[in-house]
Amino acid sequence: MEAEAAKYIGAGLATLGMIGAAVGVGNIFAGFLQGATRNPSAAGSQFTNLILGAALTEALGILAFVLGLLILFS
Amino acid sequence: MADPMHQFEVQKIVDLPDFSIPGVGVIDMAFTNSTLAMTLAAGAIVAFMAVSTAKVSVVPGRLQAMGEGAFSYIDNLTTSIIGHEGRKFFPFIFTLFLFILAMNILGLFLVFTATSQLAVTATLAIMTILLVLIVGFARNGASMYKLFVPAGVPWYMLLLVTPIEFISFLLRPATLALRLFGNMLGGHVALKVFAGFIISLGGLAAGGGLGLLGIPGAAVSLGGVVALTALEFLVAFLQAFVFAVLTCVYLNDVVNLGHHH
Repeated sequence: MEAEAAKYIGAGLATLGMIGAAVGVGNIFAGFLQGATRNPSAAGSQFTNLILGAALTEALGILAFVLGLLILFS
Repeated sequence: MADPMHQFEVQKIVDLPDFSIPGVGVIDMAFTNSTLAMTLAAGAIVAFMAVSTAKVSVVPGRLQAMGEGAFSYIDNLTTSIIGHEGRKFFPFIFTLFLFILAMNILGLFLVFTATSQLAVTATLAIMTILLVLIVGFARNGASMYKLFVPAGVPWYMLLLVTPIEFISFLLRPATLALRLFGNMLGGHVALKVFAGFIISLGGLAAGGGLGLLGIPGAAVSLGGVVALTALEFLVAFLQAFVFAVLTCVYLNDVVNLGHHH
């Protein structure tokens, strides 16, 4: 196998790390919706925490994305 | 297909003479499209705030309501996360929020997004973390170590918790920079890839015959670009907000070290 081809396969494999971030962010919003539909009056006050959790989880997916870019362009 | 990474190339607009600092090296002082995008963003914020506060009235008009809304939104944020002392850090967080928001939104209208450059986001992240360190050491002195040693944890757990806390603290500037960079880069690449599909499928359809099947594909891609652009406006606001929230959280860790409220 050529080195160039291995590079593209590696970059593609690196982006698989985003699966975990996708599951995590989905879990956060699912949990928020479950809580918010049970107690809608408390939903507004938890918006900042919701976004914070989603951002912290998403960062790990972004790391996989950046790793893929590093493999492609370095 | 057009190169989707072309939009991120930094090009010189006005080439200024190089500036050399002894011990550091030569610094390219050229006025680039990145500098232009940041200047426009800063100018847009100043213009917006100047216009919205030009005719101040007790019953705010539309523009004044927008300005006041942005102001009180971040004011509430700092007070609710950092507490009473959040007021001190409000100017820094409000500036960060507006600057990132302006760069993100201008990036959707213009050809260049300053926040899709790692150098820009890393500078903002380093500034934030330096402020956290300076405030932390100025307020707590040597008891900064409590940041890595949470109270009420048994000593045998500390052997595990302290390294994890330390590594997560070191990763904070990296994730702060990479989150904004990755979101803006990824979003704009996706936009340009879908836009490229329209052109290449349209070119296929222009050939006639079986290539006419490309027309529905191009229509779907066009719909995708419209939907993605709408999503990108949401992401542009959300990432600026997330940066502001995380700055507040990191500042809160050192301002209220040891006594949680």
